[in-house]
Amino acid sequence: MTDSQTSTKASPADLAAQSRPRPSAPAVPAAPVVPERCTGAQSLVKSLEAIGVDTVFGLPGGAILPAYDPLMDSTKVRHILVRHEQGAGHAAEGYAVATGRVGVCMATSGPGATNLVTPIADAYMDSVPIVAITGQVPSGSIGTDAFQEADIRGITMPITKHNYLVTNPDDIPRAIAEAFHIAGTGRPGPVLVDISKDALVGQTTFAWPPTVDLPGYRPVARPHSKQIREAARLIAAARRPIFYIGGGVIRARAADALRKLVDLTQIPVVTTLMARGAVPDGHPLHLGMPGMHGSVAAVTGLQKSDLIIALGARFDDRVTGQLSSFAPHAKVIHADIDPAEISKNRVADVPIVGDCKDVITDLIEVIAADQAANGAAEYEAWQATVAEWKQTYPVGYTTQPDSLSPQYVIERIGALSGPEATYVAGVGQHQMWAAQFVEYARPNSWINSGGLGTMGFAVPAAMGAKVAEPARTVWAIDGDGCFQMTNQELATCVINDIPIKVAIINNSSLGMVRQWQTLFYNERYSNTDLHTSHNQERIPDFVKLADAYGCAGWRVDRAEDVDAAITQALGINDRPVVIDFVVHRDAMVWPMVPAGVSNDKIQIARGGAPLWERED
Amino acid sequence: MPKHTLSVLVENKPGVLARIAALFSRRGFNIDSLAVGPTEHSDVSRMTVVVDVDELPLEQVTKQLNKLVEVLKIVELEPPSSVQRQIVLVKVRADASNRSHIVETAELFRATVVDVASDSLTIEATGKVEKIQALLGVLEPFGIRELVQSGVVAVGRGPRSITDRALRSA
Repeated sequence: MTDSQTSTKASPADLAAQSRPRPSAPAVPAAPVVPERCTGAQSLVKSLEAIGVDTVFGLPGGAILPAYDPLMDSTKVRHILVRHEQGAGHAAEGYAVATGRVGVCMATSGPGATNLVTPIADAYMDSVPIVAITGQVPSGSIGTDAFQEADIRGITMPITKHNYLVTNPDDIPRAIAEAFHIAGTGRPGPVLVDISKDALVGQTTFAWPPTVDLPGYRPVARPHSKQIREAARLIAAARRPIFYIGGGVIRARAADALRKLVDLTQIPVVTTLMARGAVPDGHPLHLGMPGMHGSVAAVTGLQKSDLIIALGARFDDRVTGQLSSFAPHAKVIHADIDPAEISKNRVADVPIVGDCKDVITDLIEVIAADQAANGAAEYEAWQATVAEWKQTYPVGYTTQPDSLSPQYVIERIGALSGPEATYVAGVGQHQMWAAQFVEYARPNSWINSGGLGTMGFAVPAAMGAKVAEPARTVWAIDGDGCFQMTNQELATCVINDIPIKVAIINNSSLGMVRQWQTLFYNERYSNTDLHTSHNQERIPDFVKLADAYGCAGWRVDRAEDVDAAITQALGINDRPVVIDFVVHRDAMVWPMVPAGVSNDKIQIARGGAPLWERED
Repeated sequence: MPKHTLSVLVENKPGVLARIAALFSRRGFNIDSLAVGPTEHSDVSRMTVVVDVDELPLEQVTKQLNKLVEVLKIVELEPPSSVQRQIVLVKVRADASNRSHIVETAELFRATVVDVASDSLTIEATGKVEKIQALLGVLEPFGIRELVQSGVVAVGRGPRSITDRALRSA
C-alpha cells in the first residue's frame, strides 16, 4: 500500500466537482510548523489537521472532553457526532474503504472505548486503515479501577496492528503521526491511540513534523524479481491456471493493473467477497465469487485448476471449504504484502511478498517479455471448460408466487443504481445476495464486513462512505436483524445531511441462521424469528421508525412496485431513505458448500449438485 | 514436538512483554520457558523464548512476531551453535547426618551452596536444561522443599552479535 494520505481515489470529474471541499491530504510528515505552546488537546487537534484529517466520527465523554474543546474551533476537521461509538468505528471504516484514506474515530475512556472494540476487530480482519483515538483516565489513576477506566490498550492488543498509551503531552504528535503511518502502509489496519486526560490537559510545545522512530516497522513493498520470474515460469507451464483475487488487490489500488494482467494472460479469474469489483463482473473471464456461497464456475474453477495465482487473498476457510481437499491438483503462487499470510493455510510453491500493485506490474512485464520471445501460453481447452460451467450454472434464484424475492430486490437496486454507486451490506443472507446479484465494475464500490462478519455494519459504514464521497449514491443493503443493531445512526445522518439509502431486506428473521436451521437442524427455528414483518407483526414498524428519525420511508411487498420504489429513492437527496422490503421468508442463499465440507460437494440448490459431479 | 529457542530483540517499551506473551497464546502456542532482560543497548531488551512446536507453525509464529511493531529481530538459536543456560535455586532437606553428602553431590555438578540452615541447604546451579534435570534427579531423594528455575537464556557461539546487526538494520 502506498501511504493512504498521499493519494485519494480518483473519482469521475463530475463527482469531484460536486464533492464537499476537502483540505488537501499531505503525506506524513507535512510542511514544518513553527513550534508553539499549547495544551496536549490542542496539540492533538493540530496533529490531526497537519496530517490532513478532514473528518472524525466520535462521541465525547469525561476523559476525552479536553480534546473536544479545541476540536470545536477547528475549521479543517469536521467532527460528526454519532449516537453510539460502534457507529463511529464503522463509519471510519466505510470512509476508509470508499477512499483508501485513513478513517478516524474518537471516543472517551471505559465504555466509550470498549464500544469501539467491535469496529476495531472488524477493521483488523478486513485490513481497513483506521485510527481510533480514545481518552483515558488521568495517568495517576490508571490501575485503580477509576470511574470509566478500561485498559483499552490491553484489550485491543490482539485486534490492532499497533496501539499506544500516551501519558505525556509531548508525545502526542509523534504517536498520531506514527499511528497514521502504521495504519495506512504495509497491510493496512487499525491503530489505537489512548491518551490520558492529564496528557490532554497538560502544557506542551506543538511542533510538526515530529520525529517518527519505528525501527521494528519495515513493511516490504517490492517483490523479489526471482520470485516473479519463477511465477511467470509456472504460469507459462500451466494448463488450467486461475487467478484467485482477494481484498489485497483493492487495498493496493491494483484493479487497473490486474485488468491488464488478466487481458494479457487470458487466465480465468475469481474475486472473493472482499475483492468484488476488482475485476468487472461483466469481464468474459470473470467466473464470479468463490467460497461457501460462490458460483459453481468459481468454486469448481479453483477446485479443478492446476495453478492458483493468489493475489492479496488469504485462503480463508469460507473460500477453501475443507482445506485438505481444496484444489488438490493445484500448485500455488501466493502474493501478499503480509508475509504471515503466505503458507499460513495452504503451502505456497512460489511465495511472493510484496504490494499487489508491484507484484502485478512486475508480472505483466516479465510475462509480456516472455510472450514476445516464446509466444503466449494457450489455455483454450480450460477457457472453454470454465465458460461452459459459467453458462450452465449461473447464479440464479427461483421466485415464489405472491411474495417478493429478496434476490430480485437486490438485483434491481444494482441495475437501477449502476456501477458508480456504492453498496454497503450488513452480514447474512442479504450480504451474500448483494455480493451475488449486484453487478460490480469498480473497486471500492462494495463495502462489507467479511472477516469478522459484524451484523450492524451497514448503516454506519454507509454513513462513512457517503461522507467520504458525498456525490455518490450510497446504498446500505441491510437485513432486518442487522438494521436493528445500528439504526440509531440514521439520526446522525439526518442531522449532518448524510442522505444514505437503506434497503431493509425484511424477512422477519435472522435469515442466515434460519437457513442453517432449515438445512442442518430439522427446521427447528430456535430464536431466529424477529417479528418484523410476518404474521402482521411489525415490531418495530420500520416505516414509522424511519419517519420518527426524519427519514423518507415506505414499505414495498410486491415485485411490481420495486422499480418505482428504487427510482423514487434515487431521487431523494435531502434526507436518508429507508425502504422496508418485505420479502419471502424461506428464500435461501445458493449455491452452498456447507461449513467444513469439501468444495467438491457444492450444491446449486437444496439437494442439487451440478451435473459434472455426478459424471465423476 | 521439538523444542525451539528463539531470541527476540524488542524495543524496551512498556507493555511489550504482554504483547508478545499474548501473541503466543492467541495463536495457540505454548511457551515452554521465557526469559527477559536488558541488553548492552539501553533501548533494546532481549527475550529468549523456548517453544514446543513443529517447523511449519514455528514459521507462522515467527512471522506473526515479526509483524509486531516493537519487535526488532528474531533469531532461532540451534543448540549446536549456541550456548543455552538456565539457573536453578533448590532448597533441600538436610541435617547433620547427610549435609556433607549433599554438598559433595552438588559439587559434582559445579553447583554451589548459597544458604545453610539447621535442617536445609539451598543450592544454586547453572547449566543446560539436561544438567539441571540431572542435578534435580539426584537431589530428589533427599527431599526438595522448594524449587525455582529461570527461563533459558541463550547466545550464539562465535564473534557475531545479533544485537549489533539488529540496530544497524534499524
